[in-house]
Amino acid sequence: MVDFGGWEMPLYYTSIVEEHRTVRQGVGVFDVSHMGEIEVRGKEALAFVQYLVPNDVAKLELDQALYTTMCDPQGFVLDDLLIYRLPDLERQGEKYLLVVNAGTTEQDFAWVQSQARSLSGVEIQNLSSRYAQVAIQGPASQGALQRHVEVDLSRIQYFHSMETELYKEEILISRTGYTGEDGFEVYGPPMTIVQLWKDLIKSDVAPIGLGARDSLRFEPGYPLYGHELDQQTTPIEAGLSWTVKAKPGNYNGKETLLHQKKNGGEKSLIGLRMTDPGVARQGYPIYLNGAEAGIVTSGMKSITLDQFLALGFIKKGFPKEVGRRIEIDIRGQRKAAELVKLPFYRGSVRSP
Amino acid sequence: MAYPEKFRYSKEHEWVKQEDGKARMGITNYAQDELGDVVYVELPAMGAKVKASDSFITVESVKAASDVFAPVSGKVVEVNRELESHPELVNQSPHERGWMAVLEMANPDELDKLMTAEEYEEYVGEL
Repeated sequence: MVDFGGWEMPLYYTSIVEEHRTVRQGVGVFDVSHMGEIEVRGKEALAFVQYLVPNDVAKLELDQALYTTMCDPQGFVLDDLLIYRLPDLERQGEKYLLVVNAGTTEQDFAWVQSQARSLSGVEIQNLSSRYAQVAIQGPASQGALQRHVEVDLSRIQYFHSMETELYKEEILISRTGYTGEDGFEVYGPPMTIVQLWKDLIKSDVAPIGLGARDSLRFEPGYPLYGHELDQQTTPIEAGLSWTVKAKPGNYNGKETLLHQKKNGGEKSLIGLRMTDPGVARQGYPIYLNGAEAGIVTSGMKSITLDQFLALGFIKKGFPKEVGRRIEIDIRGQRKAAELVKLPFYRGSVRSP
Repeated sequence: MAYPEKFRYSKEHEWVKQEDGKARMGITNYAQDELGDVVYVELPAMGAKVKASDSFITVESVKAASDVFAPVSGKVVEVNRELESHPELVNQSPHERGWMAVLEMANPDELDKLMTAEEYEEYVGEL
């Protein structure tokens, strides 16, 4: 068990390698109840959420979700999150559910509240303790989850959601995930989600720990807050240019981000493959022709590809084309590596 | 997994097997279990001279990089090249096929400072 953003969580149930392969080849279930949920509702909700994030929330249909960062006014990343646009049945309107990282939930909530201070017509609630969440991931995820829910899961498109009932409680199912595989995330009251977890395990869906959650997100090159994303990094620099939009109206970081979208940032996220064996881990310096040119943000031996791979930043002004030979300082020894294309691996995930 | 009676064990979870003046060594079952899946073993150079407790091997697991310490002083005369392509042997067979190096001992008396299998088992039982 390890501490993760204040939550005690298993690093693995059987072994990281075994769990990783289970998700790539079949299906596994993650307990991701640690994720934070912040609800924004009221007649100004859309305008407010548009101000909070650089992606274009106005493009969402009801029951659709998007991935985005949330930035400060300088364009630095406070967190990355999913935003769901959902019907607000009580108000005959709509509401937005922001699903944020566990370790940043409290500060995100405080930030969102502070940004709304001058606005009326927006209600913000931290619902994190009311929601538990499981993620069912892998090419066989649809069949595995379908055994436990009545709605026809094939009707849920990639990055869409559906509200339904399970054990007489309301739940939200979306076709989303963090593994590069097809999969679903299910949100609901803790007892309901616990029951779903137990039923999934009983029907032979393997539980997957935090270790494989990291190794699975790494291969498709998904950023992890605290590694590829932080308050010294913009979404453009982290390779998330596609989440930054020139939408109407002002939003936090707009000027910087649109400038960087055109001209590039102070650094760029790159993929690299070790040509000398060794694991390039977070914080190890990257050298190019003897000069310190960047830093590793995540690295491991890719379980699927059986290669030593890493994500990292190359500073502005240094060449970063695929194939460029570099060196990584691994505990005092320079080891050879080369820049490679991202993502390292594409799984069964359906493209948007 | 039982700890072989003839081996000696260090507090840092290395085992040593005496083989006519030489010491074959690796990490214990307890250590491999704590490390998790091993993905790379950085072996020492042949002929390298090490002192007892020197860090001379690095084991990279899915979790972290960990130092392996020389359980006795001596010269590296053999390394397990099989680990280069099959690091998982450290997990699968820590006391046999997952051995890491053979040292020509500088001072065989150092073996007496290490734990017996019984003592080691008691030691890890308390961890």
